[in-house]
Amino acid sequence: MNTLDGSLSMLRNPAIIKFILQGVLFTLIISVAAVLFSIVIGTVLALMRNYCTGKQTGVLKALSVIYIEVFRNTPLLFWIFICVVFCPAPGFVDRQMFGLSSVNNKLLFKAAVALILYTSGVIAEIVRGGLNSVSHGQIEAGQSQGFSMLQIMWYIVLPQTFRAIVPTLLSQVITTIKDSSFLANVAVIELMARTKQVLSAANRYNGLNSINVSDVFVLFGLAATIYFVINFSISMTVRNLQKRKMSVKVKKTLALEERRQTGWAYNG
Amino acid sequence: MSGLFSPRAWNKIWIYRGTFLLGLTNTLKTAVVALLIALLLGIIFGLMATSNRKILKSISRVYVEVIQNTPVLLQMCFLYYALAFSGHSPGIIVTGFLALGIYTGAYMAEVIRAGIESVPKGQFEAAQSQGFGYAGQMFYIIIPQSIKVILPPMTNVIVNMIKNTSCLYIVGGADLLSLTYSFVTGENTGGSYAPAYIVCGVIFFLICFPLSSFASMWETSLKKRDQKVFQNGTPKEA
Repeated sequence: MNTLDGSLSMLRNPAIIKFILQGVLFTLIISVAAVLFSIVIGTVLALMRNYCTGKQTGVLKALSVIYIEVFRNTPLLFWIFICVVFCPAPGFVDRQMFGLSSVNNKLLFKAAVALILYTSGVIAEIVRGGLNSVSHGQIEAGQSQGFSMLQIMWYIVLPQTFRAIVPTLLSQVITTIKDSSFLANVAVIELMARTKQVLSAANRYNGLNSINVSDVFVLFGLAATIYFVINFSISMTVRNLQKRKMSVKVKKTLALEERRQTGWAYNG
Repeated sequence: MSGLFSPRAWNKIWIYRGTFLLGLTNTLKTAVVALLIALLLGIIFGLMATSNRKILKSISRVYVEVIQNTPVLLQMCFLYYALAFSGHSPGIIVTGFLALGIYTGAYMAEVIRAGIESVPKGQFEAAQSQGFGYAGQMFYIIIPQSIKVILPPMTNVIVNMIKNTSCLYIVGGADLLSLTYSFVTGENTGGSYAPAYIVCGVIFFLICFPLSSFASMWETSLKKRDQKVFQNGTPKEA
C-alpha cells in the first residue's frame, strides 16, 4: 500500500474524525467563552484607564495601565505556564465531565484562565479605542441631564462604544481561535493538541506501522483547513460589516452636505 | 508561591544565569532572522498586492489569507514534522526562522499594502507623467510618504513576532520561554518557579514595552496631526 493511501485511510476512520471534530468543538467553545469573559474584564479595565483620573481613583487607573501593558508585552505561553502552576482550580472542575478526566478538566480550566487574562488586555485596548471615538459632548450632555457617571456609561457611552467596535471584536475572535492553539503546549484537548496526538499515533492507524510525511500533510492539512474555514468566514463577515458601515457613513455625510447646501442650520 | 521570597531560589537563578542568557540570545537571533525574511516577503507580496496585474494581486491575497487564518503554531509544527519525517530535519532554530518569517511576512505584506494605498492615486500618476519608472516612483515618491504610516503597525507586528518566538516550545524549544520552562521543571534546577518566571517575564517586557509604546505614541501623534490638517481645512498633500 502506498503511504498516501495509508494516510488518507485515517480520514475514513470514524473514531479519528470524531476525535478531531470534538477538538474543533472545544476550540470554538474555549475561544468564544474566552472572548466573552474578556469583554467583561476588558471593558472594566478600559473604563478604569480612561475615566479614573481623579485623585482618589488614580490608583485604579495605574492598576489597569500596568495590567494592560504587562499582558500586552509578554507571550501568551508565558501566562499559560504560570497559570498551570499557580492558578487554583475550583472544586466544580475537579471531576469527570465533557467526557474528560478530572485532571484534564483542571488543566483546561487553568489554561482557559490564562487565555482570558491575556485576551482581556488586548480587548481593553480595543474598548478604549471605542470609548475614545465617542465624543466628549455626549458625557457633558448626560451630566446636564442629571445622569450619574455610571448611568452615563451604561446608557450613553457603552452602547455607542460597542456598536463601533463590533468588527474589531470579531477580528479578535479570529485571533483568539488562533491563540487557543497555544493550549496544545500543555496538552489541553483542543484541535491542535488532538491533531498532534493523532499524528504521534499515526503508525497504529494508517496500517503501515510507521509515521510518514504524508501523515503530516494529511493531518495538519485537515487541521489547517478547519482553522481556515472558520477564520475566513469570520473575516468575511467582518469585511461585510465594515463595508456596510462605510456606506452608512458616506450616506450620512452626503445627507449632511445636502442639508447644508439647502440652507439647513447645522451646528456641528 | 514557590520560592518567591527564598534567597536560595534566587541564588539558583543567578548560578544558572547562562540558561537565561542563552535563551535570550536564541530568541533575539530567531527574531532578527525571521524579521529579515518577513520584511523580504512583506515587501514582495505587499508590492504585488498593489500592482495592477490581477494574477499578482490574487497570489498575494491567497498567501495573506491562508497564513493569517491559520495558527502560527500549526504552521510551525507542519514545517518541522514535514521536514523531519522526510529526512531533512532542519533543527529547531531554523524552523523558527522559516515559520515565523513566513507567518510574520503575511502581516508585513498587509501593513505595506495599506501604507502604499494610503498615498493618493494622483501621486502615482504625477510620478508617471514626470517620467519616473516603477522603481523610481516607489523609491522617491511613494515610500517616503507611506513610511510614516507603515512604521507604527509594523512595530506592533514585530512585537507580536518576538512574543511568538515562544512557539518554538512545541517543536523542542531553544528560546527564552522554553529554556525557562525546562529550567523550572528540570531535575537538578527545578522548583524555583516564581523567580524564574519573573526573570523571563521581565526580559520579555523590557524588549517589547519600549517598542509597543513607541508605536502607540507615534500613532497618536499621527492622528493628532491629521486632525489639525483636517480642521485647518488645508490638507498638506493636496
